[in-house]
Amino acid sequence: MSNLVEVRNLRIEATTDAGRLVEIIKGVSLDIADGEIVALIGESGSGKTTVALSLMGYARPGCRITGGEINVNGKNMAALSEKERARLRGTDIAYVPQSAAASFNPSSTIMEQVIEVTRIHKLMPPEQARRRAVELFRALSLPDPEGIGARYPHQVSGGQLQRLSAAMALIGDPKLVIFDEPTTALDVTTQIDVLKAFKSVMRAGGIAGVYVSHDLAVVAQIADRIVVLKGGEVQETGTTAAILSAARHPYTRELLAAFEPKPRQGQADADAGTKQLLRINDVTAGYGAMRADGLPLIRAVDSVSLVVEKGRNLGVIGESGCGKSTLARVIAGIHPAAAGDIVFDGKDLQRAARKRSQDQLREMQIVFQYADTALNPAKPVEDIIARPLAFYHRLDRQARSKRVDELLDMVRLPRALRYRHPSELSGGQKQRVNFARALAADPKLIICDEITSALDTVVASAVIELLKELQRELGLSYIFISHDLSVVEAICDEIMVMYNGQRVEQITPDKVKAPAHPYSKLLFSSVPKLDPTWLDGLVRDPELVSQYGHC
Amino acid sequence: MTIALTTTSRRSFLGHSYNLVGVVASLVILAWTLIAIFAPYIIPHPIGDIVDDDYFGPMRQGLWLGSDYLGRDMLSRVLMGARYTVGISLAAVSIACFSGVVLGMIAAVTGGWLDTCLSRFLDAMNSIPSKLFGLVVVAAVGSSIPVLILTLAVIYIPGAYRFARALAVNINTMDFMTVARVRGESTLYLIGSEILPNIIRPVLADFGLRFVFIVLLLSGLSFLGLGLQPPLADWGALVRENIGGLPFAAPAVIVPSLAIASLTISVNLLIDNLPQKIRDRDA
Repeated sequence: MSNLVEVRNLRIEATTDAGRLVEIIKGVSLDIADGEIVALIGESGSGKTTVALSLMGYARPGCRITGGEINVNGKNMAALSEKERARLRGTDIAYVPQSAAASFNPSSTIMEQVIEVTRIHKLMPPEQARRRAVELFRALSLPDPEGIGARYPHQVSGGQLQRLSAAMALIGDPKLVIFDEPTTALDVTTQIDVLKAFKSVMRAGGIAGVYVSHDLAVVAQIADRIVVLKGGEVQETGTTAAILSAARHPYTRELLAAFEPKPRQGQADADAGTKQLLRINDVTAGYGAMRADGLPLIRAVDSVSLVVEKGRNLGVIGESGCGKSTLARVIAGIHPAAAGDIVFDGKDLQRAARKRSQDQLREMQIVFQYADTALNPAKPVEDIIARPLAFYHRLDRQARSKRVDELLDMVRLPRALRYRHPSELSGGQKQRVNFARALAADPKLIICDEITSALDTVVASAVIELLKELQRELGLSYIFISHDLSVVEAICDEIMVMYNGQRVEQITPDKVKAPAHPYSKLLFSSVPKLDPTWLDGLVRDPELVSQYGHC
Repeated sequence: MTIALTTTSRRSFLGHSYNLVGVVASLVILAWTLIAIFAPYIIPHPIGDIVDDDYFGPMRQGLWLGSDYLGRDMLSRVLMGARYTVGISLAAVSIACFSGVVLGMIAAVTGGWLDTCLSRFLDAMNSIPSKLFGLVVVAAVGSSIPVLILTLAVIYIPGAYRFARALAVNINTMDFMTVARVRGESTLYLIGSEILPNIIRPVLADFGLRFVFIVLLLSGLSFLGLGLQPPLADWGALVRENIGGLPFAAPAVIVPSLAIASLTISVNLLIDNLPQKIRDRDA
């Protein structure tokens, strides 16, 4: 046995609720050498997490490993009994989940949970385990390594928690660590710190890793080799440099193409850019008790002003907690502002949606981030899209049905999809339905709140293309809220940077390379690039990081 | 192992998958429902007639379930008892669940003082012991079928309200509710079209469970002599009036008890084994 991991012809089947068997992994083979980090990359549903979990001999409920060998450190995980597998998990193989926040037990301290593995496997006495944990905390560059273990999971930030879950995985001295999209839920500025910490610990310990992700730029920083998966089959395998520079498979090229900056065609029609569609002046909104001056205790949005012109797009960018989503909700009237004016299409708007007229509501639509919760799971697609038609336009049944077909065509969905329920659609399809519902109202302005962040790179760039096309056809304006600079760059005429509820800077996409404000500089420089040497070569002003970073 | 189980014990029909226990339970319920509807046409003897020379007579030809403490035909009395037990319980549970669920959804969607007032008022209602409440009402206005139905309904409204409100509050935080609100939809549309379809399954399960509670409470009230008055008798009353037959193992006391058990257990089993819609993407 030359390699640490040798997977040969792995097959995994899932049972649908009709009792039908579906093969979701169709004969995957891969090798991982000692100390090597291999990335599994692909869109959602490609089977990358399923393959990663199978290395622990685990198949999710409803799934079954039906064929092939999974040799890890000389043992065939597929053939072992559950008891024998349990003995290897935590000592030979460890797992770092996507959402650390959901995998820590909120009712016991971090230290107890980090050293739990050593207790279960009786690896070392608790005192020694605690010392080892503190060493790991230091190696993962966590603040206050001596004291952080005594805290509870809700008392540390998301990025710290993600590194703590890595400490939990590493304490049993595993030979292989499986990272399941560990930075997907983090902000770019935090992601860098976590990636750096992972990389240095893995290098120092000579630990092999499997890194599951759909973000090619992140993978480029940490992996030695990349395995591209699609539809449960390996499409392409190669070293990181080879994949990035000379991808052979069309799907890999597609993934890479999604990263190409697509410069936005300049708005040629100057006449469209003269009229103001929406203007907000010194809007303040927040949560908590009202103070004497009529402003809320915690101000999520603090005296923000902005202008959106007809037929043009405004991007709002910032990390989580900066108030960008609250701003969207304030404009839409879901969360009434405490102070400030909102002028839409030349008329003053009431702060609360409830008090606005039906036409005003119709002309401004909001599209939410999670299509899963934004679409009623109990209704078929046609009912979802047809409701605004009946409500605003009072169309009869036949006219509605015709219009639903047109709207589905507009968002490039097959018409047959109208009979399906949201749960039967893919993420990208759901987001298109979500968007079609907003279009059904015939709006002038659509507020897009992080609509691509739950989607894979390839799907997201297709959705962005669609938005651009629709804008050309229908003369819409968008307010595009995102934490992803490349998305905002691709579609917006103006970019507003928010930090801590305040507007930091407003710039145009061509000046992204040279932002004036220090926070914008930090934010823009934190976006991962495809270049594998980017992370190692990245130098950040420590003063900036300590001022604006969250770690 | 699990795969083998699911393929053998679940059958599919009309896009739903069923299992055997659920089918048997629903057959039992269907049988009692038919009996409740057609009882007056199929009973061999009028329920008030004394047809046996002896009391607590055994099962024999002509008197298939024996006779009661006055020598009346037990079969006829059980069949007619089904009518009262099922009918009164069904009417009461329908009123209770309808009002409870509608109020619960309105409270969840509206929130604010309406929610607070409704919740506190119904919590107060909930704190009154149900049998005691029944006792007071019957003592005050006398026992009749409409009074029984309303009393049972009032007793179970707070529970249905709490249940529906808890479910609706979860749905209410979803983005599609926000979308519908900023569209300008009315409360009626919100509860009927957006919330109800998402909570209908647990609400139906709750309906069944509450039906069982009401059957048991009605039987209990009748057993205490507060329910239906003689010569009418539901199953609970039948158990009580024939309790003297217990030392003789008379069918007169066993059969109505079995009837109560078979109905309530069947409803419970059906709730646990409701047909499931098959959501297979490619099928």
